[in-house]
Amino acid sequence: MRAIPVIAGLTFREAARKKLLWMALAAGIAFLALFGTGLHYQAKDLAARSHAIIRRPALESMLMVGLYATDLLAVLMTVLTSVDTLSGEIDSNTLHALAAKPVYRREILLGKWLGLAAMLTAYVLFMTGGITLISNRIGGVRPQHLANGLVLIWLECLLMLSVTIAGGTYLSTLTNGVMALGLHGLAFLGGWVEQAGAALHSPRAVDVGIVASLIMPTESLWRRAAFEMQSPLINALGFSPFSTLSVPSPAMMGYALAYLLAALGLALWRFSRLDL
Amino acid sequence: MLLGLVAPTGGRAWVLGHPAGNVPARAKVGFLPEHFRFHEWLNAEELLRLHGRLYRMPAGQLRRRIPELLDLVGLAPHRKKRLSDYSKGMLQRAGLAQALLNEPDLIFLDEPTSGLDPVGRLLVRDIIKAERQRGATVFLNSHLLSEVEITCDRVAFLKRGEVLSVRDIGSLIESEIRVSVKADGLSAAMVAGLNSHVSEAQLEEGQLNFRVASKSELPQIIRYLVGQGAQIFEVTPRPPSLEEIFLQVIGKDSVL
Repeated sequence: MRAIPVIAGLTFREAARKKLLWMALAAGIAFLALFGTGLHYQAKDLAARSHAIIRRPALESMLMVGLYATDLLAVLMTVLTSVDTLSGEIDSNTLHALAAKPVYRREILLGKWLGLAAMLTAYVLFMTGGITLISNRIGGVRPQHLANGLVLIWLECLLMLSVTIAGGTYLSTLTNGVMALGLHGLAFLGGWVEQAGAALHSPRAVDVGIVASLIMPTESLWRRAAFEMQSPLINALGFSPFSTLSVPSPAMMGYALAYLLAALGLALWRFSRLDL
Repeated sequence: MLLGLVAPTGGRAWVLGHPAGNVPARAKVGFLPEHFRFHEWLNAEELLRLHGRLYRMPAGQLRRRIPELLDLVGLAPHRKKRLSDYSKGMLQRAGLAQALLNEPDLIFLDEPTSGLDPVGRLLVRDIIKAERQRGATVFLNSHLLSEVEITCDRVAFLKRGEVLSVRDIGSLIESEIRVSVKADGLSAAMVAGLNSHVSEAQLEEGQLNFRVASKSELPQIIRYLVGQGAQIFEVTPRPPSLEEIFLQVIGKDSVL
């Protein structure tokens, strides 16, 4: 297992050298600046016009909007950074010289996974931390259980990472990207169907959403993260991307974790047997 | 397959005494793939350091070995340049350095001279010779038979993944050779008298061509011809080229 940190370092350095890391950071800073500016004017105008009872939920909603956008960006970032890491190197024969060294295939795969996971962890921390800090400074609001939410968003990224890497052992880069985003799209739609079903008291619609979450549990992790982070008042606002009328259960979180491990296991199994 | 990149469909093989695909055994194996690509955002020094770390070479040994190898393959002045700015020949040299990094006992070179100019090809030949003297076994895979002829001790002919024949290059040179003799006073009777020693003897415009099993028989044949009154000006023994043997073994109508 001594090659894992070498490959992880290589993967991380590759992102930095290819300017991927810096581009993500620049885009993140621009995103935070836009969010901060928007929130600043909203807070100012709300302070002039409305009572604190209205002001607080409005700013808390903005905080959730920021976190929701961060979550979506993080998922996209996960797919974009990891989609090419195996299939691209298999297609270009870059793996030949690496895989012929005294290293196990599992070390290469886990190294890549860890390198990308480290980068995504830094990204999620930076973005979520930025949104939280800005909301607290400008709007005076903060997420309820930030640590729980953060862990769930992080898990969502690691789940997506594992699925994309597993896909890379079967599919070409482009097809893998379509598969990963397609699955997340399905989960995303499923989440909405579930919420709408809960709002309209349609248990069968809720079931459809749950089935979608079983096929791909990324969105259910966000829904739970939103439930953990928002104040009960926002939840009462009704049907929104972060409303949690139907809260994903702890069992679903356990399922998501098992899904992550299964995807990683599948990737390891397949990559160890792959003809390069 | 021997390096574990492709799983065998059947059979068994050993590399340095270990079953093919054994990971720890690869610590003493060097490999230059044919269509290799490296992480092109690295420079040559970083590439060698990365591969050295994968070989688990200690940092001190790498500090000594990397400049040594970059010097050997002539990349020392370009060691800080990104591989994406390298020419095909420079990449080939970097690849070669990577394959020699761990002072391997067994080196697989897949078409190592492709993309190289004559100077580069000479360099590869010299490196292979030096590695052989060091005691390493070099496994050269090439379609350039003249290259193989100069470099190798033993040659295996493969067709559709099957070894058809394995021969020593030395024994090829010693094996049946073609001889042409330029002489005056050759006659059909003389040629007929030779038939017990040679094969395919033909007399054409004062030149006698034949095949003989071994070079050692030539003095006797020359003595016979002179004894019969022939005036010999030139005797040219020509061992078969590897290309001729290749065509004999593989067949001219070989499917690509």
